[in-house]
Amino acid sequence: MLNGIDDEEKWLAEGIAGIQHNAFYMHQALDSNNLREALKYSAQMLSELRTSKLSPHKYYELYMRAFDELRKLEMFFKEDSKHGVSVIDLYELVQHAGNILPRLYLLCTVGSVYIKSKEAPAKEVLKDLVEMCRGVQHPIRGLFLRSYLAQISRDKLPDIGSEYEGDADTVMDAVEFVLQNFTEMNKLWVQMQHQGPGRFREKQEKERSELRDLVGKNLHVLSQIEGVDLGIYKETVLTRVLEQVVNCKDDLAQYYLMDCIIQVFPDEYHLQTLETLLGACPQLQPTVDVKTVLSRLMDRLSNYAASSEDVLPEFLQVEAFTKLSNAIGKVIEAQVDMPAVGAITLYVSLLTFTLCVHPDRLDYVDQVLGACVKKLYNIPKLEDSRAMKQVVALLSAPLEKYNDIVTALTLSNYPRVMDHLDNGTNKVMAMVIIQSIMKNNTFISTAHKVEVLFELIKGLIKDKDGADVDELDEEDFKDEQNSVARLIHMLYNDEPEEMLKIICIVRKHTMAGGPKRLPFTVPSLVFSALRLVWRLQGQEGDIVGEEVPATPKKIFQLLTQIIEALSAVPSPELALRLYLQCAEAANGCDLELVAYEFFTQAFVLYEEEIADSKAQVTAIHLIIGTLQRMNVFGVENRDTMTHKTTGYSARLLKKPDQCRAVYACSHLFWVDDQDGIKDGERVLLCLKRALRIANAAQQMANVARGSSGPVILFVEILNKYLYFFEKGNQQITGAAIQDLIELINTEMQSDSATPDTASDAFLASTLRYIQFQKQKGGVMGEKFEAIKF
Amino acid sequence: MNFLIGAFKPACNFSITFSDGKSRKQVPMKKENGQTVMVPLFQSQENIAGKISIEPLQGKKIEHNGVKVELLGQIEMYFDRGNFYDFTSLVRELDVPGDIYERKTYPFEFSTVEMPYETYNGVNVRLRYILKVTVSRNYGGSIVEYQDFVVRNYSPPPSINNSIKMEVGIEDCLHIEFEYNKSKYHLKDVIIGKIYFLLVRIKIKNMDLEIRRRESTGSGANTHVETETLAKFELMDGAPVRGESIPIRLFLSPYELTPTHRNINNKFSVKYYLNLVLVDEEDRRYFKQQEITIYRLQDS
Repeated sequence: MLNGIDDEEKWLAEGIAGIQHNAFYMHQALDSNNLREALKYSAQMLSELRTSKLSPHKYYELYMRAFDELRKLEMFFKEDSKHGVSVIDLYELVQHAGNILPRLYLLCTVGSVYIKSKEAPAKEVLKDLVEMCRGVQHPIRGLFLRSYLAQISRDKLPDIGSEYEGDADTVMDAVEFVLQNFTEMNKLWVQMQHQGPGRFREKQEKERSELRDLVGKNLHVLSQIEGVDLGIYKETVLTRVLEQVVNCKDDLAQYYLMDCIIQVFPDEYHLQTLETLLGACPQLQPTVDVKTVLSRLMDRLSNYAASSEDVLPEFLQVEAFTKLSNAIGKVIEAQVDMPAVGAITLYVSLLTFTLCVHPDRLDYVDQVLGACVKKLYNIPKLEDSRAMKQVVALLSAPLEKYNDIVTALTLSNYPRVMDHLDNGTNKVMAMVIIQSIMKNNTFISTAHKVEVLFELIKGLIKDKDGADVDELDEEDFKDEQNSVARLIHMLYNDEPEEMLKIICIVRKHTMAGGPKRLPFTVPSLVFSALRLVWRLQGQEGDIVGEEVPATPKKIFQLLTQIIEALSAVPSPELALRLYLQCAEAANGCDLELVAYEFFTQAFVLYEEEIADSKAQVTAIHLIIGTLQRMNVFGVENRDTMTHKTTGYSARLLKKPDQCRAVYACSHLFWVDDQDGIKDGERVLLCLKRALRIANAAQQMANVARGSSGPVILFVEILNKYLYFFEKGNQQITGAAIQDLIELINTEMQSDSATPDTASDAFLASTLRYIQFQKQKGGVMGEKFEAIKF
Repeated sequence: MNFLIGAFKPACNFSITFSDGKSRKQVPMKKENGQTVMVPLFQSQENIAGKISIEPLQGKKIEHNGVKVELLGQIEMYFDRGNFYDFTSLVRELDVPGDIYERKTYPFEFSTVEMPYETYNGVNVRLRYILKVTVSRNYGGSIVEYQDFVVRNYSPPPSINNSIKMEVGIEDCLHIEFEYNKSKYHLKDVIIGKIYFLLVRIKIKNMDLEIRRRESTGSGANTHVETETLAKFELMDGAPVRGESIPIRLFLSPYELTPTHRNINNKFSVKYYLNLVLVDEEDRRYFKQQEITIYRLQDS
């Protein structure tokens, strides 16, 4: 192989030397105006191009050398005063050459001069040249010869406005000439693959690719002819070119030329000849990458549509969509072996086209998706990741275009396409959908749409049967579920009834999500429902009556069930919080019994499920906080609740926790509202109890560690005292505060006290506050004067 | 005999001039010694007239038994060299026996001479026309002088000139149909035609069109045939596919052709053939030969 390359270099060098040698004598002959010698040496020079030993690449190098020399010869031919032979005679003279290749190169060169002289109609000369070139059937030599012909004739075509246009020469002659040259070149190009031994197929393909632009150039020339209007393009150019493309039955040529046609001719021509152009596609060889061809066409048309509003009516007029859609259908049908990715890519392009050209025609979009479903239907499971990517692209396109998932939800085929994705991709797609909703702040406002939406994202909502759970990435899962949670808040309707329906649907779907998902989705759902409750509260007057389905009561019933599901997970802390939320909401609705029930549930959870002491602390504070704000309870119920709460508080494990819970309980008896409960005695009881516990904590610390714990608990209790003192609780006296401060000071100065900067600072600022209140004067100042230290 | 004279000093100088010598067309003619000389051109039925001057060398006289001029049309076979066959022989007596003392000029004329055959210079045969001036002497041999001239005869365009069209082939291998626009071409004509490939199962490398001249001399067992390829013109480079049609355009003017001569005086004939040759990649040649008639068309 290495040798082959070396040899080729050698042959090329020999060829170049031969050209230079003969060119030298040719120049001499030109300088001395010796036509005979000039012809002789130019023919010899051109004989170097008869070689069969060079690859196209090297042959091109040789060709270019000869090409440059032929320019000089042409200049000489032009000046008939120098050689004294008329161009007509010259045209004959060069044909005396015995070898065909030099003869035809010379003929083309003289032909160029002949046309310029206008002694014969351009079309006659062109016709003669293109016909005579048939003599070279060797693919590479023929291609280069005809390429030379194309080159020298380019500026001499009888185009409209060209100086060679005349009565006898019309643009049709120009078209005819280029078409014929094109046809012949393509035949030669296709022929190339049958040359030489078959085992070098790969090399051949490569060599052929190198030459393709020689063929394609003709199409470019055609597109440059001014006189080719739509009529001529439609009737002649396209018909003939396609005929050649189809008939050559060569996949490489077909692919390249189809692409060429699409790229070189104007968009409006494509639009007006869509049927013809598309009609050729199913006729191409099955190995041709038609999908890329069609995709490129649709991309071009899409861009064209995007370029100007004015062209859109044209699209409608020619029913571009229907035609493209049919064509794709036919191509997919014809190319049985086309992989799924190919078909889907086609649909993606068609969809892009539709979205660009007919954004208002959702039915088109749905149609495309439907067609895609049909194709996918035959494939049990998409294995190909590229195909999967294309499906995602297919599904994402409408979302991006409309920026509105609601539009996509009206597409009946959308979920059906999604069904064909594998689990992972399905989730990715679901995420895309959710993100789109988030990004655009789209509210999904009807129960039906919600239903459809959940159908779409069901991959996130519940485990698929037989799905491998182990593969789940924890982080991804969290992301997904958080997204779902956020999504739930986007499902919203102002109409309570519809909203209730939405909630029911969401509930139906999320409840199926299993223990791992519920903790993410339930809170969202609960709050979404509570929001509805609050709204109903706002319009309380309107909603009385048994007939109205969306009553807070009903919703609370629903909520109970929802949260119950959560406690079964089990996720008791979360359930507890939600119960409390609900209780508070029920409080707002004046539903004592409901609120009571929620509290009961919360307590049950506390008792039965929450074992962790830290969790208990948190829970008890939550309970206290919520209960404090409840005003719906009657005395009895409230007593039961507060009793329970204080009981729980005192039974916490750690003393400091106990202490804090107990002093927090004091607030249960003093609600700083106009008609809130103000039971000063029980407040004091709580605080005293807290003090006792704090004492006990100190002692325990002494026993256990030999040093008393920090006095921070006392300082905290002091603050509670101050609070209630300020609020006017008669049971809290200045003297009691004074005693407490002294107690704290004693504790701090005791030997066993552990120095603690935090409690020091806390105490200091508390004292400063007292000082401040004193100085403020007024009623409060006087009150504080009672505290002495 | 000429060389005998050459051995001695020629006894006199000859000069043969044609009466329209200044205006008559001269054409090149290759002589036996390889030199090319310009000689006048005649055609059949023309008058051949002129003057012959004989000038004895200084101070000498020529005694003779008479002076004559002959117009000879001769055919010479190379395998029978030196034997001329005269198909035309005309003679004019110029002088009665006597003496020539000084330059003497004789006018002569052969009117409407029948010269049916053209001058021809082939491989094995030559046809030539000469004027032969003989001064007969009793001793020292006769003095003879020759003057060549060329005869060309022109034909009108043939009234019937069919194209040559033929389908040939080798079964399951190669089928072609070729067509030459005429069967009769004049010397400056152009052969136009095409080759249509009906079936190609061999890998053709190239295709040539040859012009071949077949000169046959003698008759019966002594017939000599000589074939020369005068033109080898490449028509096609590379392998065509079925359905391909290759054009032919061959200008005859660059080649040294003569008209076709059929049976010239039972001595020889010259025929022309177009030979279509296809060469395959293993250098096998496939060919088909077709006779064409070549004629000389009067220059307009």
